[in-house]
Amino acid sequence: MQKRIGKQTVRLQTPVSILATASTVGQKEGDGPLGAYFDVVEPDSMMGEDSWEKAESRFVAKNMELALKKANLEAAQMDYVLCGDLLNQCIGTTFGIKDFGIPFLGLFGACATVGEAMSVGSMLIDGGFAEHILCGASSHFCSAEKQFRFPLPLGIQRPQSTTWTVTGDGAMVLAKNKTGPFITEITTGKIIDMGVTDANNMGAAMAPAAVDVLLSHFQDTGRTPEDYDIIVSGDLGSVGHQIVIELMQKEGYDMQNRYTDCGLKIYDPNTQDTHAGGSGCACAAVTFCSYFYPQLKEGKLKRMLFLPTGALLSADSVQQKLPIPAISHAVVIESALPNERNEKRNEKRNEKRNDERKSGQVNTV
Amino acid sequence: MIYWKAFLIGGLICVFGQILIDKTKLTPARILVLFVCIGCILGGLDIYPKLVEFAGSGARVPLTGFGNLLAQGVKDEVDAMGAIGILTGGMKAAAGGLTIAIVSAFLMALVAKPKQK
Amino acid sequence: MQTNEQAQKSYAQLVKKVSPNSPILKNCILAFFSGGAICTLGEVLFQFFQNKGFAEDTAALLVSGCLIVLSAVLTALGIYGKLGKHCGAGTEVPITGFANSVVSPAIEYKNAGLVLGMAAKMFVIAGPVIVYGILSSIVVGVVYYFLGG
Repeated sequence: MQKRIGKQTVRLQTPVSILATASTVGQKEGDGPLGAYFDVVEPDSMMGEDSWEKAESRFVAKNMELALKKANLEAAQMDYVLCGDLLNQCIGTTFGIKDFGIPFLGLFGACATVGEAMSVGSMLIDGGFAEHILCGASSHFCSAEKQFRFPLPLGIQRPQSTTWTVTGDGAMVLAKNKTGPFITEITTGKIIDMGVTDANNMGAAMAPAAVDVLLSHFQDTGRTPEDYDIIVSGDLGSVGHQIVIELMQKEGYDMQNRYTDCGLKIYDPNTQDTHAGGSGCACAAVTFCSYFYPQLKEGKLKRMLFLPTGALLSADSVQQKLPIPAISHAVVIESALPNERNEKRNEKRNEKRNDERKSGQVNTV
Repeated sequence: MIYWKAFLIGGLICVFGQILIDKTKLTPARILVLFVCIGCILGGLDIYPKLVEFAGSGARVPLTGFGNLLAQGVKDEVDAMGAIGILTGGMKAAAGGLTIAIVSAFLMALVAKPKQK
Repeated sequence: MQTNEQAQKSYAQLVKKVSPNSPILKNCILAFFSGGAICTLGEVLFQFFQNKGFAEDTAALLVSGCLIVLSAVLTALGIYGKLGKHCGAGTEVPITGFANSVVSPAIEYKNAGLVLGMAAKMFVIAGPVIVYGILSSIVVGVVYYFLGG
């Protein structure tokens, strides 16, 4: 079976099971509209440590442990751990998982990291290189503010287009041949630079990357938005969400009814003063793990297109007035394996392909 | 009366800063730099002291007042010491405020813990 | 997706259309009252010190000192940051905002050590103010030396 379909998309031969998910967040996220869905809400965002970076690592360590526990597996049974965060050299991640003793591939996709982890993880499993993989992503409001913006006690106003970095960690265990939901297809995004330089408007910087990966996905699979129960971007917030709808409209796709964004879901902008919504690696990760995963598991959602989005900037690139390139990775998650349907479809496709091949051979002969 | 004047002028200077923040996307550091430079130049031109005379702390407390302080310090020092005052006047005028800022930042950092907003 | 210059230009227009503007009128009103209040407090202190017999220069320095210490304490308690969120330039532009910008990084980077953390980062925001303040004072001094007096 051909695994690669189209230019950017792969279809897994053996869909990869998401065995369990775990989400640990800070108090602000716990107070938000999704508060009841998270596994753990930590009231102390410092996690008993003395720096924000150490605190983020504690979030990672605790939540990864929880994910393993929920999957009824030991760290020793994991073949790889794939994760990342926003801090320089991904120290939030590495200091969090260093004692797990699992072979580690560090990932950086900015806030799209969880999508990257799911993509690479399921390809490793489908390739036969691994049985169980732990993957996830983390971010922390305070460590991100400190690294990208200003010290926290500084009295400054955040413009209305800014988003609020989610504090927390989302993790999941991927496995071969288990129960649903399953990762079935992956469309890996390209870096898109639309010349946005305003670091206070990340939604605008990242929306074109989401649009690009959506267009590629639809082109490669021949699907339309109607083929999905829900399409969810990572952390575009209200500004980016609106831009995606408008740009997709121009391309002839109607997104309105089935498209939402994790950054819109996680906070209440009216009471939580988060302006355009949530952002950060953890935004897509914890929202998927806590809110969407159970719906897929229960079959309330049959097929979801998940596209975490990331802004590939650093504090230096912003100061040097460089534009903000962005990336988005699309992952298709299906609640159950529609085996028969799939097989029939595959048979038909294979027949067609065989016919084509035959006719091709005829031609070449 | 002087209190109302201080309130009015101080408030207006801040409104000017707010318009810059909202309209130009200047970062806080840039705005503070701009205000000190404006204050210093207006002080050098003997315009700012008139504002201080009118509004008292309304003109002294905003950072433009700090710029004015530097300008007046340089002038006094040039009057007293000649050319060398160009080099020493500004720092001398700023010394008191800066030292207080450094000492209080040091002490606060010793006792305070970083906390989330 | 097209990312050429023309696409970027039309995209910038879309971004402008979609992005919310700052509530500038509300911000200005808050900045006016908060900034005005801080200056009035300064004037109250100034009159107090003058009545105590201090000369104008000394009284002005004492006012600055009091405001800086007040701002430092409020910053350490996390209150000044919250005020700044609402008041914007009203708490940024007065000398208290300058103090806030010195104390904030000092607290935030304390865990990187007292020398390379707290002390080195103390003027990460306020440093440019001093650099350009001193440079402009030199310009004023040079002009005054040759032309004024």
